[in-house]
Amino acid sequence: MAFDKRKIFNTAFFWGCRISTWGAILILGILIYHIVKQGYPWISENFITNFPSRFPHKAGLKSALAGSLWVISFTALIVVPLGVSTSIFLEEYAPRKRYMRWIQINISNLAGMPSIIYGLLGLAIFVRFFNLDRSIWAGALTLSLLVLPVIVIASQGAIRSVPQSIRDAGYALGARKWQVVFQQVIPAAMPGIMTGVILSTSRAIGETAPLIIIGALSYVAYLPEGPMDSFTVLPVQIYNWASRPQESFHGLAAAGIMVLLTILFIMNFIAVYIRQKFTKFKY
Amino acid sequence: MSENIIEAKDLRIFYGMNEAVKGVSFKIKKGEVTAVIGPSGCGKSTVLRSFNRMNDFISNIKITGGLSFEGDEIYGPKMDPAVIRRDIGMVFQRPNPFPKSIYKNIVWGPKINGYKHNWDELVEKALRRAALWDEVKDRLHDSALDLSGGQQQRLCIARTIAMSPKVILMDEPCSALDPKATARIEDLIGELKKRYTIVTVTHNMQQAARISDETAFFYEGELIEFGNTNELFTNPKEKRTEDYITGRFG
Ligand SMILES: Nc1ncnc2c1ncn2[C@@H]1O[C@H](COP(=O)(O)OP(=O)(O)OP(=O)(O)O)[C@@H](O)[C@H]1O
Ligand SMILES: [Mg+2]
Repeated sequence: MAFDKRKIFNTAFFWGCRISTWGAILILGILIYHIVKQGYPWISENFITNFPSRFPHKAGLKSALAGSLWVISFTALIVVPLGVSTSIFLEEYAPRKRYMRWIQINISNLAGMPSIIYGLLGLAIFVRFFNLDRSIWAGALTLSLLVLPVIVIASQGAIRSVPQSIRDAGYALGARKWQVVFQQVIPAAMPGIMTGVILSTSRAIGETAPLIIIGALSYVAYLPEGPMDSFTVLPVQIYNWASRPQESFHGLAAAGIMVLLTILFIMNFIAVYIRQKFTKFKY
Repeated sequence: MSENIIEAKDLRIFYGMNEAVKGVSFKIKKGEVTAVIGPSGCGKSTVLRSFNRMNDFISNIKITGGLSFEGDEIYGPKMDPAVIRRDIGMVFQRPNPFPKSIYKNIVWGPKINGYKHNWDELVEKALRRAALWDEVKDRLHDSALDLSGGQQQRLCIARTIAMSPKVILMDEPCSALDPKATARIEDLIGELKKRYTIVTVTHNMQQAARISDETAFFYEGELIEFGNTNELFTNPKEKRTEDYITGRFG
């Protein structure tokens, strides 16, 4: 009888997992369906090339798109070298001491912090203290704080998954530590690191709260020309449209979400592609 | 043939408080194949890894006594562990090629050590000596990880040979391979001993008897017997050696 019980449990578990998976996909499908239904009529060339406007049919997200591009580029510029080198240090060079474990735990905690807290931090440090005002720099630095722990953790995971035997092989050939680390371990971990970088920066593209706090503008009728200019980003623009009473602006918000989702989808696709292509040499 | 290349005098190796190698002395002859046998946990790998200082990465290890390579103290204050590893190469238990092409696997070691070679020639020579050339000559730039386990192990041998070492250490190089791949490696060892001194750990008595000139029998951290392989297998001096090689324990 014990055997039957096990079998029933097995079947139930299998169906449980199946239903949860399909349930999640279904909910996602319904969400996307509603957004597309509402937003599709508003998608047009003008929507991409126009600045925002009081008149819904003239409104577009040119400045938000440009702002997002500026902010994300600068975020990546700051956070990729910093995050990757931090993870290399933590994995390969940091002494295995108690305080290092403590630092490690706190990085994980930081990765789980609500993003609005980073917004407040950014406001106090970058906007006020460093006097960067509501500039692209202030936005990019704030988002960097947010993304940094995530990139560090993802890169550490990638580095850790390189087997010890590869390092042994390197040392046994007379290599120095830096040669083993930078010529064997890091290249082997690169696909994982890149995937982590892309996925976490794409998370930053969707962040709204911290940028609203540091004062990203919701009405920007010009293109930023440098990192000290003020800016808006896609989610802030969407948020602004969605919070207006008129129905037509809700349609614009949905169209904006479609653009944002498309960008996220493309970035995730690139991440998967890199993983596939560069794991040609996998263990 | 009787010149010694590695000499141990009262070599002791501790892991923390645990004395894994208990004061052993021996001489490894140049140009010969020395097999190291003994039951699991008797310290074979520990001794082998002390020759090229691969033990350095273990934090609580302590090594006392004398251990010299061509007369220079391996653990002497002036010895650079990276430099000794150029002369004493190592092949591991599990094949561990780099996740790169076959070609890059071979040239990486010599390149980082600043050697100058005609790289194509070096690759061909190393692969020929490792009896792998014919199987891979048309796919030198393919991933080394697409090779079979036995081929990977021969690639690891080729990679070691490319450094032109004087000694090649092998820690159970066949234990992850099937009998056919094992036979190929054994043949290869017979070929390689013309140019290199080889020290190999093995759990396989027949293998030790087939491939080696000298055999060292370790037991619980002590060197029980060390001598000519034929004599050791046909006429062991020690009771424990006899018991072990006849399979009464181990
Ligand atoms: N990194 C380590 N830290 C602590 N003790 C170790 C370490 N490596 C080995 N030892 C201990 O040292 C002793 C000898 O180990 P060693 O690996 O040299 O044995 P071996 O003869 O190679 O065994 P096997 O045939 O199973 O490979 C064992 O008692 C083992 O537990
Ligand atoms: Mg061993």
